[in-house]
Parts: sequence; C-alpha cells; structure tokens
Amino acid sequence: MINVSPELDTRFRAAAAAEGLLDVAYDVVESPVGELFVGVSDRGLCVISYEADPDLQVERLARGFGSRVLRSPRPVDPARRQLDEYFAGKRKRFDLDVDLRLARDFGRTVLEELGRVPFGEVTTYGALAAKAGKPKAARAVGTIMNRNPIPIVLPCHRVVGANGSLVGYAGGLERKQTLLRLEGALLA
Amino acid sequence: MEPVRIPPFESFYAEHKDPVFAHLRRLLGSGADDAFQETFLRALRAYPELRHGRHLRAWVFTIATRVAIDETRRTRPRGDLPELAVEDGLPPHAELGPLTDDLPPKERAAVVLRYGFDLPYDEIAAALGSSEDAARQAASSGVRRLRERSKQS
Repeated sequence: MINVSPELDTRFRAAAAAEGLLDVAYDVVESPVGELFVGVSDRGLCVISYEADPDLQVERLARGFGSRVLRSPRPVDPARRQLDEYFAGKRKRFDLDVDLRLARDFGRTVLEELGRVPFGEVTTYGALAAKAGKPKAARAVGTIMNRNPIPIVLPCHRVVGANGSLVGYAGGLERKQTLLRLEGALLA
Repeated sequence: MEPVRIPPFESFYAEHKDPVFAHLRRLLGSGADDAFQETFLRALRAYPELRHGRHLRAWVFTIATRVAIDETRRTRPRGDLPELAVEDGLPPHAELGPLTDDLPPKERAAVVLRYGFDLPYDEIAAALGSSEDAARQAASSGVRRLRERSKQS
C-alpha cells in the first residue's frame, strides 16, 4: 500500500489552517526547559504544556475548544518565534493574544493579573490574590497557578512564597529555577 | 446503541489518511494528491455536524469517492467518451458519475465503484462500511433502477 507522503501530509495540514477550519492548531516547540506542546485557537494562544505527549493534550483540547484539533505548525510560528527570543534572552515581554475562554471568574482575573507581573521580578501568592481582589485567597491562587493553561507566557514561575521559597511549579521546581535564573531574578 | 464519541480530528486523520489515500490511488492513479487534500478538507468542514463517531471510515470513504467522481468529471469534460480500456490506470468511470446522480447514495456509490472503478466487492464493502453481501445488493438494485429508468425514457 502506498502511504501519504510527508509532503502531502504537510500540505494538507497547512491548508486546513489556512482555510480557518481548525478549532486548535498545535505543534511541539523545542526549548531549553524541554519540549513544549503549544496550541493556538482563532482567538490566540490557548495552551503551553510541559507534557509534550500530544495524545493527552489533543483529547483535552478537543473537549475544551472543539473537536477540530490538528497538528499544524504555521499558526504556532509567532508563539514559537517569541519563545525562542525569550529563551535567547532577547525578549522580555510576550506580544501574543491569549485565549482564556476556559478560565472563569476569579481564576480568569488572577491569570489576567499574572500576565502583568514583569520580567525579572517576583511576586507572592498573597500579593497576587490581593491584586485580583481577594487578599485572603493565597491558597486558591496557588491552585490556579498549578493549573495555569499557558505557563511561561503567563509567568506563574514569578510567583513565590511569602518567605521567598519557590514553593512549587506544575512543570517541576527545576524549570521554575531555570526560568527565574534566565530572567536574573534568582542568583546562582 | 451507545453513542460513540467523536475523536479529535487529529486521531481521525491519523487513522484514516493512509487507507483513504490508497483508495484514491486506485480510483485516480497518480492524480490522487489533490483529491486527498480535498477529501480531508471536506471532512474537516463537515466534522462539527457529526452526531456520533460511528461508521467514520465509511463516512470518509464516501467523501473520497465523491471527490474522485468530481475530479474525473472536471478533468474529463462531458461528451468526451471515456476509453473502454483502462489507460494510465484510469478506469472508465467518468460517464457513470452524472448517469447515477439521482440514485440513493449507497446504491450510487456501489454502482460507481463496481462498474466505474472496477473495485472488487470486498473493497466496496469496506468503502461503504457494510458487508460484502450488502455491497453486492446495493450495486445490483442500483443497476436495476437504472435499467427501469432507461426503459421509461
């Protein structure tokens, strides 16, 4: 049996995105903190995950955004480029639309506030909770950070404990350290 | 019956792309590339309208067959009689497309695949998502219908 050639496969995936037929286009992006699964909807960047196993992510995206999820590199290119620049130390702010339609109420407010924490600085769970209007909700903010759909671009690595400890990171503490070191927010 | 969940398009595509491409190669020879892309673009357009995930293989094979018929019609203008002998791997199916336009879809597909594309019944069955017997029956009742119609006119 003659199989579909890689060229034809690539051509179809590009055409599917170009015709605007996808709920989410995704690709795997190489980075110094490992392979990243990156997904883009018609509204913007909707997922970055350290869990690069596509099957799991694809299922999750199909439930949240619609069944037309397809690997297609082109729509992911702007995010890929900016991530490359960030990791090369050439970018301090991401200039990308984000799609937070699955986040609701307080969770959404917190993620929006999180997006305003600047490069190279850290804040605390409590301070972020206060900024989002609920000063006592530090624990809830911890949970929201843990489920952050778009880490790195929404910089939950910049959120630390009140005593300065790193506390935790969905991608593992080592990655949190790497990112903070890259930004010069962590000595040594 | 339990509703079968519709898989993400990526999984659907990964599962069916090679069999569909092989099917199109049989129908169209080396011209199958464009038809392949058109088939999956049509599938993508119709995907949100699917109510369940049953018979997806038959569904996409039916789309592919329809695309192949369109493609043949486009590349071989009407009135240009098809060769009877198979030439360049292209079977003489161009005329059957328009002739069978108003047959019920399953009969139409069976007739076109059998007499236009010369597919064996086991492959027609695979394309229609039915048994070999059912494929045979669909083709013969399609032919009967065509015969009756030609008597009337």
